[in-house]
Amino acid sequence: MSVVFILVFAAILMAGGFLVAFVWAVRSGQYEDTYTPSVRILFDDMVKKKEPEDRSQKTEKGNGETEKIESRGLQSQLAENPQPVTRKIKQN
Amino acid sequence: MSDELKCIHCGNSCGKTPVLFEGNPFCCSGCSTVYQILNTNQLKQYYQIEPMQGVRIDEEKRPANETYAFLDLEKFRSKVLTFSEGGISKVSFFIPEIHCASCIWLLENLHSLNKGVIQSFVNFPKKEVNITFNETEITLRQLVELLVSIHYIPEISQHSIEKPQSSHLDKKLFIKIGVAAFSFMNAMIYHFPQYLPGREFLEADMKKLFGWLSVALAIPVLTYSASDYFLTAYKSLKKKIISIDLPIALGLITLFTQSLVEILSGKGIGYIDSLTGLVFFMLIGRWYQGKTYQALSFERDYKTYFPLAVTKITDSGNTTIPLEDLKPGDRILVRNQEIIPADSILKSSHASIDYSFVTGESMPVAKTEGDFVFAGGRQVGSAIELTIEKDIQQSYLTQLWNQAENPFTANNRLNTIVNRVSQYFTVIVVLIALSAALFWLANKPEIALFAFTSVLIIACPCALALTVPFTFGSTMRHFGRKGFYLKNTAVIEHLYKVDTVVFDKTGTITNAESSKIRFVGKTLSPEQLKMIKSLAFHSSHPLSKTIYNSIDGDELMLVTNFQEIPALGITGKINDIRVNLGSRFFVTGNSSGNENLKTEVWVYLDDEVAGHFQLENEYRSGLKELIADLGKTHELHLLTGDNEAEKVNLVSHFGTEKNLHFNQTPTDKLNYIRNLQKQGKKVLMIGDGLNDAGALNESNVGIVIADNVFNFSPACDAILQSKQFAKLNHYIRFTQRSIKIVNAGFLISFFYNVIGLSFAVQGNLTPIVAAILMPISSVSVVVFASFSVSLSAKLAIKG
Repeated sequence: MSVVFILVFAAILMAGGFLVAFVWAVRSGQYEDTYTPSVRILFDDMVKKKEPEDRSQKTEKGNGETEKIESRGLQSQLAENPQPVTRKIKQN
Repeated sequence: MSDELKCIHCGNSCGKTPVLFEGNPFCCSGCSTVYQILNTNQLKQYYQIEPMQGVRIDEEKRPANETYAFLDLEKFRSKVLTFSEGGISKVSFFIPEIHCASCIWLLENLHSLNKGVIQSFVNFPKKEVNITFNETEITLRQLVELLVSIHYIPEISQHSIEKPQSSHLDKKLFIKIGVAAFSFMNAMIYHFPQYLPGREFLEADMKKLFGWLSVALAIPVLTYSASDYFLTAYKSLKKKIISIDLPIALGLITLFTQSLVEILSGKGIGYIDSLTGLVFFMLIGRWYQGKTYQALSFERDYKTYFPLAVTKITDSGNTTIPLEDLKPGDRILVRNQEIIPADSILKSSHASIDYSFVTGESMPVAKTEGDFVFAGGRQVGSAIELTIEKDIQQSYLTQLWNQAENPFTANNRLNTIVNRVSQYFTVIVVLIALSAALFWLANKPEIALFAFTSVLIIACPCALALTVPFTFGSTMRHFGRKGFYLKNTAVIEHLYKVDTVVFDKTGTITNAESSKIRFVGKTLSPEQLKMIKSLAFHSSHPLSKTIYNSIDGDELMLVTNFQEIPALGITGKINDIRVNLGSRFFVTGNSSGNENLKTEVWVYLDDEVAGHFQLENEYRSGLKELIADLGKTHELHLLTGDNEAEKVNLVSHFGTEKNLHFNQTPTDKLNYIRNLQKQGKKVLMIGDGLNDAGALNESNVGIVIADNVFNFSPACDAILQSKQFAKLNHYIRFTQRSIKIVNAGFLISFFYNVIGLSFAVQGNLTPIVAAILMPISSVSVVVFASFSVSLSAKLAIKG
């Protein structure tokens, strides 16, 4: 039966780990806004594809005009074929 | 009306003359400007996420260029910023206009509009945006102006800066619940073997280990999770009040001591699972009850209404000074849409002051040089100069807030149902425990102490304590879903006790926005109406707009020699015929007569005074039914700052003129409520403006009517969406149902207590009985309360 002692301690350690994770989640503010992330995740595509453009704008001064034009092309394609987000927001 | 053009920015009707940009229709140049900004910055997706959800700002409501100049002052910059180091700053703005997915998307893509913005994050429930930005590229003022340029106007006021962080408390409660849940789950595992047949084969070492682990788990629950119960029990005991927390604290301590004794003596494993379970359930109840509407503010005082800084005129030029440095005698400049911070005297020749925050009346009041201007008004039109007469604290309206706390409300707050019930409850439980102990002392002394502690353990009023949070918590949620937002659950009980309802008139029972218009005088030909419409088109005064919209037709005639004379009226020539529109004095040259009774616009046409337009308040729909229904059970009163012009109409609604009071100043309203309360009445005040603020504060329940619940509203107990006004009686009725449900919940928990006590007094309360009975009673009360509230809400509040 002594194996149960090990199991008991393993169990309490695991549960303790979850408790610590929960406390961390609360402290880091994850429960402060439980709604916006559900909307935000639907925008992700756009934001990711925007990043290269931001970088290109920063390097623009060094590399001249061509890169800028390329990224603009990508942008206008995006603007023509954007992913419509059809989710409706509740009004609380 | 399907062929009507809708603005692609805000979805409003474009009217007859849409503003066109790149072939897209807009209702106004403001909307088209935002479109252009977004268009040039590749942010047109804004219009695809949710179409036509843009924010519209009327031309005349746009803040002036210099409005945010005060943010350049170090004093305000450091107050508004939440963090600033090495040029990187963080700021958090409350933006009431945040309402859809497009808003979130645009505000989180602010960095595309200005490279100085590093990151922006929206908190939708709080209607807040948190922005990290580089101050070397964009100043705080420019950032705010950027937000304003896309029509998301942040609210920056004394109140929003000093607002204490409420989320901290929430976090603490979550962690307390987490700790209690952890201990509860683990304690159950250790106790479970003892409840099964064959427990006698459990090794002694194992038993001891489980016992000690349970005690270890109980300690954080008692000292951390349940600390509030001990604290409040102690505090109320010091004030000689028996609150619900006292029997809870007593039960918890007895549970723990009894368990400790059993474990130490090796007799058993104790009741730790029941103890931790109790705390867990009660904390859940507290969390459920503690729900608040994060984006709504019920605590606003006069500071919210006033700007943080004002422009002071000195001989060496204009300077921006903090509001608290303003002294009587100072000369200040108030621009379009800025609020007059203190009672003052007008130095400019004309001003047009919108007192809608104060009175609910949407028509601006004309003032001329030398007139006294009350604080709280908003200048509409060009900038004006004022000389401050009184300190801000001494101003007429702000004094309402500074009056002494109301003795009635202070006393009432403590007298809640739970505390009344728990007073009897505690006394009875202690009596039962004592008599059980005495009985066994005489018959079987060895179990006397056990019977005594058993009674205290099982009678722990957990179910009792859960009834109210869950009933009132769900009631509040149902109200919220229907557009009636309560400050906290205590309001439900106060609303239930109310026997007198006091209405404000303007903006409360009448619509602030729309008004009926009718023409009195000679009959006008269609041609003449067209002329009036054409002339009114050229003025931005709200009255001109109302007249313009009230006349049908879409052709306009050419107006020459147009002139707007501030505070008087407008004049112009159409086909060489002079047309004048304006005040009685302006048009007829005669200012006597029954002026001021109703808003009038006089018309001069074809060399004669043709008559006048009369504007009448429009009552909110459903008012008659509401008054008729409420009048059956409640005493109704009406207080208004207006004159008796509407008396006949109002009497037909209220049936009697006994309780209708006209020409009431804000102080009169406050004293009226006080008088009613002195007669022992429980008063519900329904108002909407700053002038009701004193009365709203004073009454037992103050409800504010608002078109947009996130905008300005004075301090109150509840905010009611104006379109839900006609359902007020249903809400008040529903509180009676809630109280009935609470009473039924009490009965259920008493029933469980009787069962539990029958075990306890016989000295038969084993840990397994406690472990089964206590959670069942809690859970069944919770289920009963939530379920019956949902059910009756469906039946009672429709739509």
